[in-house]
Amino acid sequence: MKLKRLVSFVLLALALAALIAPAQRAAAQKPTPSDDDVNRIAHQLYCPVCENTPLDVCPTEACRQWRDLIRQQLSQGWTEDQIKQYFVEQYGVRVLSEPPRTGLNWLVYVLPPLAIIAGAVLLLRAMRSWTKQPSATKSAEPDQQAPKDEYVRRLEEELKNRK
Amino acid sequence: MTDSTIAASAERRGVPVWAQVIIWVVLVGLLALVAVMLNRRQQGTVQPGDKIPDFSMPLFSGYELNGSSQVKFADLRGKVVMINFWASWCKPCEQEAADLRMAWDYYKDSGKVVFLGIDYVDTEPEARAYLRKFGIVYANGPDLGTKVSQLFRIKGVPETYFLDQEGVLRHVQVGPFTSVDDIKAVIDPMLR
Repeated sequence: MKLKRLVSFVLLALALAALIAPAQRAAAQKPTPSDDDVNRIAHQLYCPVCENTPLDVCPTEACRQWRDLIRQQLSQGWTEDQIKQYFVEQYGVRVLSEPPRTGLNWLVYVLPPLAIIAGAVLLLRAMRSWTKQPSATKSAEPDQQAPKDEYVRRLEEELKNRK
Repeated sequence: MTDSTIAASAERRGVPVWAQVIIWVVLVGLLALVAVMLNRRQQGTVQPGDKIPDFSMPLFSGYELNGSSQVKFADLRGKVVMINFWASWCKPCEQEAADLRMAWDYYKDSGKVVFLGIDYVDTEPEARAYLRKFGIVYANGPDLGTKVSQLFRIKGVPETYFLDQEGVLRHVQVGPFTSVDDIKAVIDPMLR
């Protein structure tokens, strides 16, 4: 009875091991990263040598080497953040397409919305003053008219007196 | 105060003074920042006569300096130092690589000259292949984070800097050397 139980236990263990082993092998061997996988990360990086060229579209030999490096790192199981961090350490923070939100870099994120808001406020105020101006000129008209009428009145009076 | 002056002052009441001050301060600050950055960009490389601030950098395994995997510029005082910025993807660098190797062969036993190669924005496997290809054996390391190249304000590669025994820059070579004699013509007067 004991032997039977032992055999069934061993068989069960073997069956479990057979099920788990391929899954572990699959996890260990990462599939070769596709061009899309590489370019997804390369797009977030800029060529450190050529000005203003994203790494995914940069045609130089140096950029090809860097894309190969990304492919190699992906196949070794590196995460996107680890790869970006590696590039920053090697080539400086300027390789990032999106500057990190630290120090003076904050200006890049804060100033454009502030400028848009300030512009909108100024425009609103200008539009308000434009709509107010016609009524202001209207109210000014009687005042301008008054001296004119007075002058005409006096002129008419003078003319009358002459007669 | 008449009705018209009250109306006029209300009309004039726009952006508060404190807001105007902030806006002007920010604008002037931004302009100053842009001016400083433009000025820095137009400065060019460090010039002969400039004293180079101290820096340290790692060296590639197999390309150490006196067995150390880290080089400190301050430790090189008393020797003429040649600093060459290069990269494996740089074709003009290949033109001078053999001349630099020959120059190192000429000076290495004197103990008075240090050659230091700085690999600018490169990948290590390609950099090592380049060094092997041209038989370069003097100290070499990567410019991590482009810190050293920023210190020298280099404009590209290859660029070579010659510093005297006091750490003062004596000569700048922008572009490749065309012969080993050109390199000797810079170093020899510094050794006298």
